[in-house]
Amino acid sequence: MKLLISVKRVVDYNVKVRVKADGTGVETNGVKMSMNPFDEIAVEEAVRLKEKGVASEVVAVSMGPPACSETLRTALAMGADRGILVETEVALQPLAVAKLLRALAEREQPGMIILGKQAIDDDMNATGQMLAALLGWPQATFASKLAIEGERAMVTREVDGGLETLELRLPAIVTTDLRLNEPRYASLPNIMKARKKPIETIAPAALGVDPAPRLEIVKVAEPPKRQGGRKVASVAELVEKLTQEAKVI
Amino acid sequence: MEFSLTPDLEQLRAAILTLCERFDDAYWLARDRDGVFPHDFHAAMAAGGWLGIAMPEPYGGAGLGIMAAAVMMQAVAESGAAMTGASAIHMNIFGLNPVVVFGSEDQKRRMLPPLIAGRDKACFAVTEPDAGLNTTELKTRAVWDGAQYVVTGTKIWISTAQVANKMLLLARTTPLDQVRRKTDGLSLFYTDLDRATVEIREIPKMGRHAVDSNMLFIEGLRIPMEDRIGAEGDGFRCILHGMNPERILIAAEAVGIGRAALARAARYARERIVFGRPIGQNQGIAHPLAKSWAELAAAELMVLKAAALYDAGRECGAEANAAKYLAGEAGFHACEAAVMTHGGMGYAKEYHVERYLREVMIPRIAPVSPQMILNFIAERALGLPKSY
Repeated sequence: MKLLISVKRVVDYNVKVRVKADGTGVETNGVKMSMNPFDEIAVEEAVRLKEKGVASEVVAVSMGPPACSETLRTALAMGADRGILVETEVALQPLAVAKLLRALAEREQPGMIILGKQAIDDDMNATGQMLAALLGWPQATFASKLAIEGERAMVTREVDGGLETLELRLPAIVTTDLRLNEPRYASLPNIMKARKKPIETIAPAALGVDPAPRLEIVKVAEPPKRQGGRKVASVAELVEKLTQEAKVI
Repeated sequence: MEFSLTPDLEQLRAAILTLCERFDDAYWLARDRDGVFPHDFHAAMAAGGWLGIAMPEPYGGAGLGIMAAAVMMQAVAESGAAMTGASAIHMNIFGLNPVVVFGSEDQKRRMLPPLIAGRDKACFAVTEPDAGLNTTELKTRAVWDGAQYVVTGTKIWISTAQVANKMLLLARTTPLDQVRRKTDGLSLFYTDLDRATVEIREIPKMGRHAVDSNMLFIEGLRIPMEDRIGAEGDGFRCILHGMNPERILIAAEAVGIGRAALARAARYARERIVFGRPIGQNQGIAHPLAKSWAELAAAELMVLKAAALYDAGRECGAEANAAKYLAGEAGFHACEAAVMTHGGMGYAKEYHVERYLREVMIPRIAPVSPQMILNFIAERALGLPKSY
């Protein structure tokens, strides 16, 4: 079974993001970029399935400017077999990514597509679900456990109130939650091997997709600065402030 | 001319920094306090295959050059691991280069893979209390008794001997008065560090408490013929081969620790509010940090130039020495400025910069003093007469 994995290049989770002066987005110039952490979990899960002999090939896809090939190199260093870069300078939105992934899925015929549940930059949490709808495949989002049994996938999901287990017929879409696994560190020998693995570059037009944005970003702004706390002398004063000033009780 | 790291080198740097995130400031502060060797850090670097970065591929290495190794060591120090992290693995990176260049096929197969895999830890036993940088005056003797070499002598400033099981040892096999040139008659060995015949006494020191430095008292250590690297009497030339890469790597580490200190200082200067504004708004605080940034950037360029020359197989003595000098001084200035920027807090251990200042003295002094570097450059680059 072939696995298709999508990996997004995002601002590193350690970076304190700054809003651009003109309010059109966040500053990415000279900022450390990394693979979206949920996508790292997707790569790790796919590589583990390959190591168990369940999967035969792991194909990683990234979309965006040429620098996304660095993200693909990281996926290859973690154990993916080959990469596909859908190269575009257009700022991609979930629907465009889902359409591009559908086109790639039709070409590659994977048994499963694993995606991060969301990207930490825009927190859309939409691509996996849209892709499942476009392909007409079953989906299991927020996976915390994944097992393949023949033509079926057993997926445990973290939901309000506990864990839910779904049984899906393959091919299917799975999106990863934080506790699915702990991604490995790329070792030096695997980084060296990854340099010899192929990355195919392809344009959205070649996949028959117009990636132009459908949503307009009106404004990006800093959240309001947190106000300093106040000390109260007694419980009575606290209750008074909560009822009179804050009006929360 | 290329003034930025290639994407491949950027990837290595990013991978190292990611790995080093597991070993945070609290980890290194704790090692500074308890003085315990950072075994788990060493094991993580070995597991990731990083110890073999500059070792040949057939023996488990990655076969990359000194440029890649320098980028790696700078990133290790820069992550906050400082000299404690760098020194814990430094010997693995290039210490066994004499075995790579002068060892037999059998020796390479026997000695390199365990060191690269992290199963062996080695120390580098060259310096002696009575010889200092005058290496040809080494007093340690290795005498062939018909079956084995028998070694007697004293070594000093031998790092990691407390945890090492192997030792790269330089000893005199032919007395100084019987050789044609002073550099003849020394031989190099890579052998078991036998604690029955080598007494290892730790030297209490200023910083880097978790990576030990020692005096070695060698009394009757027996070394088989197959542990001698290169021809008998050729040890000085064997060891000389690795001197320039050694300087380049330690220079990279000094740049790294300077960057770590500068990053902390800049952050503190931005966040610390006194008299209603960040202290970094005062030029008295800002300018020393800006100057450090410039000095570190210049030192880094010289490190990379020296590494590029070495990897291209070209002469790099002046550049490697200049890199080590510039980086040692720039690293020191950055750590000093970082402590001063923090004011009283800079003197407190929990702000980390006083630890950096204690540790940065190592690349400033070792493996060769700034004065001896200036002597070298004066003689070799400027054609001035030797002063000593």
